[in-house]
Amino acid sequence: MVSEAEVWEALAEIPDPEIPVISLVELGVVREVEVEGSHVRVDFTPTFLGCPALEVMRDAMDARIRDLGGEPDVRVVVDDSWSTDRITPAGREKLREAGFAPPAPREAAAPTIVQLRHGAFKCPYCGSTKTRLENIFGPTPCRSLRYCETCRQPFEQFKTI
Amino acid sequence: MHEQLLEIADDELILGWRNSEWTGIAPFLEEDVAFSSIAQNEIGHARALYELVADELGTTADELAFDRPPEEYRCSRLVELRLADDWGRTIARHWLYEEMDAARIEALKAADDPRIAGLAAKIDREEAYHRMHARMWHERLAAEPRYAAALDELRPLVDERDGHTPELAELWDEMTMVRRSVPGATW
Repeated sequence: MVSEAEVWEALAEIPDPEIPVISLVELGVVREVEVEGSHVRVDFTPTFLGCPALEVMRDAMDARIRDLGGEPDVRVVVDDSWSTDRITPAGREKLREAGFAPPAPREAAAPTIVQLRHGAFKCPYCGSTKTRLENIFGPTPCRSLRYCETCRQPFEQFKTI
Repeated sequence: MHEQLLEIADDELILGWRNSEWTGIAPFLEEDVAFSSIAQNEIGHARALYELVADELGTTADELAFDRPPEEYRCSRLVELRLADDWGRTIARHWLYEEMDAARIEALKAADDPRIAGLAAKIDREEAYHRMHARMWHERLAAEPRYAAALDELRPLVDERDGHTPELAELWDEMTMVRRSVPGATW
């Protein structure tokens, strides 16, 4: 019989479909795992509601749970319980190494354009905070584009959600 | 409550579709990316809202989104217009819509049903970036007479939900074509 720890371990091996340097567990989208006999329930929260990787993630989790001999029941929870604050410290470091600046901490109020323009966002390549906002939107909904004035490198900044 | 959720879902679906019409032809690349991302988010919101209503009504999100005749859509006339050749009017609509949407999503966050309140809170976190984008452009164009005229023209349409423009029927034809051609298809 499969244990909850085994399920967590298996899910921790699934890469994010769009940023494969980080796993679904490091991304913080797996909210709960519950095992009853062979029935394995996983609650998971999408990052963005329009994320096209949602089905891919769900199918990958289904497949891993079946590999363990469990009967998967993966539920998509659409509430505010996922935040970029749930990305683990190890996950943040992997993002940074891959050239994605990790998100700033969530605050009670939504971020403003003034913060995005002047906030001290660090370049993932050289660590400089002399960076400027290029575009609020980027290649996927979860990222913005910034430019580092110090090393003259454009980079992707995770939006705070 | 269903009616109100459907109203928002229809707005987001139709506006998402309209915003996606800028993909590839926006005035510059950053705006191609912005309007494409915003469109993707709006359609994601529509889907989540349709799913919530579909659960209650015993139907599916796709049936709600695509199987109703155009006259049954509850969207505002504001979102129906095809504005993809007019940047000033597009930004005027974007700003008018985001300001109206912010108020109703804020109200939904206080809904008694925790599923509705939770979804509204999630949507609001994403919409914050749309509002930021809309306000940035609103400020940039504020002194332009064409922009002021576009705001005057479009403002009365924001709450206009009785009857639709012919443009909705045209969009509906396009939007539902695959589903009507291959009924019951899954992928």
